[in-house]
Amino acid sequence: MSPIEKHRGGSETMSELQTHAAEIAAQFSDHLDVSEAEVEEKLDNLVTQYKVPIDEARRSVTNSYLNEAGLDREEISAGGTEEVLVNDIDEDEQWVDITAKVVDLWEPGSDAISQVGLLGDESGTIKFVSFSTSELPLLEEGSVYRLGNVVTDEYQGRYSVKLNRTTTITELEEDIEVGDNAIEVEGAMVDIQSGSGLIKRCPEEGCTRVLQNGRCSEHGNVDGEFDLRIKAVLDDGAEVHEVIFNRERTEELTGIELEEAKSMAMDALDTSVVADEMRGALLGRYYRITGPTLGRYVLADEFERLGAPTDHEDTLIKARSI
Amino acid sequence: MSAQDESVPTREVARRVFAREFNDASYTFKESDDDRAPLYLLLPTGERANRVFVVGTLTETEDVGEDSEYWRGRIVDPTGTFFVYAGQYQPEAASTLRELESPAYVSIVGKPRTYETDDGTVNVSLRPESITEVDDGTRDRWVTETAQRTLERIDHADDEANEYGRMAAEQYELDLESYKTMALSALESLDEEADADADTDTDTDTDASPPESM
Repeated sequence: MSPIEKHRGGSETMSELQTHAAEIAAQFSDHLDVSEAEVEEKLDNLVTQYKVPIDEARRSVTNSYLNEAGLDREEISAGGTEEVLVNDIDEDEQWVDITAKVVDLWEPGSDAISQVGLLGDESGTIKFVSFSTSELPLLEEGSVYRLGNVVTDEYQGRYSVKLNRTTTITELEEDIEVGDNAIEVEGAMVDIQSGSGLIKRCPEEGCTRVLQNGRCSEHGNVDGEFDLRIKAVLDDGAEVHEVIFNRERTEELTGIELEEAKSMAMDALDTSVVADEMRGALLGRYYRITGPTLGRYVLADEFERLGAPTDHEDTLIKARSI
Repeated sequence: MSAQDESVPTREVARRVFAREFNDASYTFKESDDDRAPLYLLLPTGERANRVFVVGTLTETEDVGEDSEYWRGRIVDPTGTFFVYAGQYQPEAASTLRELESPAYVSIVGKPRTYETDDGTVNVSLRPESITEVDDGTRDRWVTETAQRTLERIDHADDEANEYGRMAAEQYELDLESYKTMALSALESLDEEADADADTDTDTDTDASPPESM
């Protein structure tokens, strides 16, 4: 490494250290008398002398102050918490603020938990837990709150938020229309999969499985009930999404209603004519679809057929400038 | 029509590629020794394509089969011509080609296929999974999208981590700049069409379009 590079690298680390030091000092400002300079010195010692990565150094210094102040990690704010939408939470151990409505309250499974339930904002819903030790006021179902300083948690890919002793709770007068964790996908419809069109479902109570050749995988041969469905693949050239249209959405999308589909099948003595008709009408066209996700599927709530592009001028200008 | 393996989550993305780049490609490969492993066409801009999505003008159809029907379609985009072949194993696509009257805008989802001619040149064609007639809006959207995707590929062709970019550099005599020019011309062709459609509007506006050097 040349001396110049070394120097540049060094100064970068210094300013980065200063930022970390300022953040740590701010976190403890209510609890301890710590100066930024002191924090920076500790960080610098670990990073420069002991070659500890900055993240680890930060963790170590933070822990030493936690011990000194007799605090738990949850009791200090991570500094500069951010207001987020619940459906945008995709990382655990983040300190965030949310504004949400209490959609549902469940029976706590243990005495350690004061409240557990579901919070919702326009983006969707998320589970929340409030612990007895935090001694927070109880939230009421149907009310909207601004919750400052909650911490995110993750379990098997699902996110939740934990309220804690530092959480601020402000009840708001407003109402929130709670969203359904919808996502928006766009692309060409490149396939309509088998099991689309006019299908038969198992009539057994609570089953609704789609029959294969008149057989339900659970209940054997049954007299099925007709339904309409489309399982489509949307592809934008970079990603594929599988989308399911239920009967209502299928009818809206294709203009073919269940009764009409049944008579089409009756005339042709074959249910597959319905799916074939739909393929001809839908494949190779572009759509924008919004809806909640279920496993790897997007359940179509709203859809829009996309026609001529509106952005080709922008693309051209951008491309010319490369 | 759709194969069973398409219901697994690892469905292959349908690449967007203009006819000229598609026809310039000749190198195919598999990623594993398994007989049923997917076959990829290596695109010159550094991407693998097991499936493509194409929208263009069907200009001609012809039954080139000897014993049984074997339909060939020519699909034209702003850069060249795709050749599509459908026979008894693609009955829906074959009957669509039989019934469509050209010219017509069509969308095709299909798999790239290569074959070597007697003189050793490699021809690339499309084996359709589906063909549907579409409108001009869909075609214009495809041109814009394909130009975007092509430019993105060119942008990342030399990336350290792009093994297909490296593979393309080994397999082809590359002139990425010419593919960029191609993508730009394709976008510009949409402008010209729009201008031609709108020629009753103020003529001065069309002359004021930004110069090439932008």
